[in-house]
Amino acid sequence: MDLLSQPVGVSHYLVVGAILFISGVVCMAVKRNAIGVLMGIELVLNGANVNFVAFSSNFLRSDQGHSLGLDGQLISLFVIVLAAAEAAVALAIALNYYNNHSTIDVDRADELKG
Amino acid sequence: MNAGDSLPLLLGLAVLLPLASFTAIVLFGRWMGKAGILASYVATGAIFGAFVLSAISFSIWYFGDLGAPAEAAHAEAVAHDAAVVDTGHASAVEHGTDHANAGHHTARPPKYFAGDWYTLGQFGKLKVTIGYHIDALTIVMFCMVTLIATLIHFYAFGYMHDELHEVTDHEVTLSNGHHLHRPGRFHRFFQYLSLFCFSMLGLVVAGNIAMVFVFWELVGICSYFLIGFYIERKSASNAANKAFIVNRVGDFGMIIGMMALWAGLGTFTFGDIKDAKGNVQQGIFSQVRQEKIAGEGNAYRLLPPDGMVKFAARNEIAAGVEPTPDQMNKWRDQNYGYWLLVIAGLGIFCGCVGKSAQFPLHVWLPDAMEGPTPVSALVHSATMVAAGVYLVGRFYPVFAAEVLLVIAYTGAITLFLAATIAITATDIKRVLAYSTVSQLGYMMLSLGVGGWVAGLFHLITHAFFKSLLFMCSGSVIHATHTNDMMKMGGLRKKMPWTAYTMLVGCLAIMGAGIPLLVGLSGYYSKDSIVAQALSFWNNNPRHGAVFFAIAAGGAAITAFYMFRLWFLTFAGEPRDHHVYDHAHESPKVMYMPLVILAAFAVGVGWNAPLRLNVHGASEWLSVTALLEQARPAGDLPNGVLLPELDHPDEHASHQPTIHVVAALVASGTALVGFLLAVAFYGVRILNPNEVKSQFAWIYRLLINKWWFDELYRVIFIRPVMLISQLVSNFDKKVIDWFIDSLARWTIHVANFDAMIDRYIVDNFVNVTAAWTWSIGNSLRSLQTGKLRQYVMLIVIGTVALGVLIRWSVAAGP
Repeated sequence: MDLLSQPVGVSHYLVVGAILFISGVVCMAVKRNAIGVLMGIELVLNGANVNFVAFSSNFLRSDQGHSLGLDGQLISLFVIVLAAAEAAVALAIALNYYNNHSTIDVDRADELKG
Repeated sequence: MNAGDSLPLLLGLAVLLPLASFTAIVLFGRWMGKAGILASYVATGAIFGAFVLSAISFSIWYFGDLGAPAEAAHAEAVAHDAAVVDTGHASAVEHGTDHANAGHHTARPPKYFAGDWYTLGQFGKLKVTIGYHIDALTIVMFCMVTLIATLIHFYAFGYMHDELHEVTDHEVTLSNGHHLHRPGRFHRFFQYLSLFCFSMLGLVVAGNIAMVFVFWELVGICSYFLIGFYIERKSASNAANKAFIVNRVGDFGMIIGMMALWAGLGTFTFGDIKDAKGNVQQGIFSQVRQEKIAGEGNAYRLLPPDGMVKFAARNEIAAGVEPTPDQMNKWRDQNYGYWLLVIAGLGIFCGCVGKSAQFPLHVWLPDAMEGPTPVSALVHSATMVAAGVYLVGRFYPVFAAEVLLVIAYTGAITLFLAATIAITATDIKRVLAYSTVSQLGYMMLSLGVGGWVAGLFHLITHAFFKSLLFMCSGSVIHATHTNDMMKMGGLRKKMPWTAYTMLVGCLAIMGAGIPLLVGLSGYYSKDSIVAQALSFWNNNPRHGAVFFAIAAGGAAITAFYMFRLWFLTFAGEPRDHHVYDHAHESPKVMYMPLVILAAFAVGVGWNAPLRLNVHGASEWLSVTALLEQARPAGDLPNGVLLPELDHPDEHASHQPTIHVVAALVASGTALVGFLLAVAFYGVRILNPNEVKSQFAWIYRLLINKWWFDELYRVIFIRPVMLISQLVSNFDKKVIDWFIDSLARWTIHVANFDAMIDRYIVDNFVNVTAAWTWSIGNSLRSLQTGKLRQYVMLIVIGTVALGVLIRWSVAAGP
């Protein structure tokens, strides 16, 4: 593949991000453990973060005149903060769920089904 | 403080005291002692206070300085619009034993105090005020009413004793066969008595005809309450309704008279009132009898006032042009407006006919005996029925000669009818009731033939002896629990006080006395009436004979039925031993008023042993002298529509030629009546039953009260019932049908609307709801609740979306 032969650019970051994203989605889809699902979410979010940073980086761009500034970095910072908050809330839910059901198997959390 | 200030104050207070008592008893009567016993103290205290105030006013009038200069009096009295119209001196009249002093003419108006306490409202020229008109007549009436009312209050305290506890009314049988059992209504009785006294005093003090009318109606409603006091008895409530409705008939005429006066005179006030600016506003009396008449020597002559003349000549007066005085006099000489004056007089008299129970409206008074006896004594002898006579006396200056003739005929017919009915009545109170009607006829007759003082003097004396007689009969009823004289007899041994005071009353009403020397009060008043009738006969041969014959014959009938009553009740052997054995003398609180009233019945016609030099003339203190001070100004009117009508001056009847004849005739006929009564019922040398069977048709006529009730039933009540039946049928068949069908139609329309609502609107909503529900139901299965499944779906969906976009971008242009 010519990716390997070329210098590191946006595409390489995108590939990393895609791998992270796919791993995260697979993790979410297959894990029955709520903690595992949370981990998958973290992977998905970080895959997205990699993309933001990559698109925004001045070092990786060829058209220097159309800089995006720090937008990508800032968005990824937001995402990190949101992820932390989300993790806190999700963990609290998980703990409460465990208190009530003595398990954190997401397949058994189907009480809201139609 | 001069008389102009103090008299309105004192008499105003005397009017308000019973009102205060009424208000207190209405609001707190229930809590006034056990069964409201204190209410009687409150009411009696109030009326006694009013009596004291009246007595003080009397002494102020008699001994006080009435002749204060008008201006000075006014200056102090601006606050309440008082005006003293100081005209004329009180003329001296000797009554009783020395009649001979003729020749005192009262050409000038009597002294009076008129003013307004409070102005209710002013509508253009018409001023509606609460005012007063105080003259000697007012003072005399106040003293009479309050004195008799006070005694009746005391008497009622004993008579209404039963009402202090639970009462079983033996005359009312309920549907379950028991007698009515109800709580006592002691305080309510005194509450009505107080309201009644207030109304009567207000009527007497009233300074304008509108106020008179208000109190007139108040008196009517009080009599309605009091007659219907035993409201559960059908007869009592019927009698109350009858009294009220019959009085309305008279009041209707009175309103017509008031409208005629208002249209012609523009004022309701009796006397002249000086307003704050010092302008004298002429009242009714001085408008119809002007002090100065252009081209007229005889001042204070009764002439149609300008307003009435202008009204009569309205077709001849050009618009906006004020007729000249000459033109006015010409019209007046042609008797323009005279009819209006006659209508005004007849209208006012119509009210008096109703209130004073004159023919043809006399039917209510005998039925009114359903009320408790103190009520009969107060309402139906001394006060309410006296109100009509009083108003005729008060309105005397307005009455034209033709009106006076109507009054005289009404009085004469009433006198005769009622006296004859009284002969056959066996209910003790009904005898007295018809006697009252008959005596009121005397008063009206007297006023109608020109005997102003005689008529009002008879009003005063009659008030005393008739309330005495009523209270005596009440005492008898209290003792025997029956009204039927046929069950009594011999009661004088059981109840001497009642028997002998009633004897005094009978003697007084028959006019007992030694002719030309001395007599009981009724002797003087009846004597002067007969004398005036004789004097009238001399001047009017056409009408006078009837009046004289009835006045003299009435005396005989009066004496006969009164002594029939007395003998049947008190003399002879007891006819019903059950009644006789249970009879007892009434308590002291009941017979003491009888004694006091008996004293007055004897002596109220006498001169007081005082010869006073007051108001510039030496005079005896007597009721007639006082009344003489209030004699209306001017001569009696002569006939205009009936030119031969000539009312003689009342002083002419004091001439020996007339007076002696009259006295002898009146006493003679009374003696005949008395002797007949003695023959029939006293020593029983004649048998009433034989006479009864011999003159059966007359007896039937009298016992059926000349079929007046039946006549009225046929003439008035039946047609009214028929019309109301028709109207009721119309209501039921036509109006009700219309409304019913309207309702039915509305129901149909509503049903149709309901169908639309149910099948179209509701259906649409329901279908929508069902549809929504089924969609939701079918989508339910998608929501499995499996988290991982959702993630998978999201991924698959995202990928599918991506592929779709990619594909569509690739396929696109």
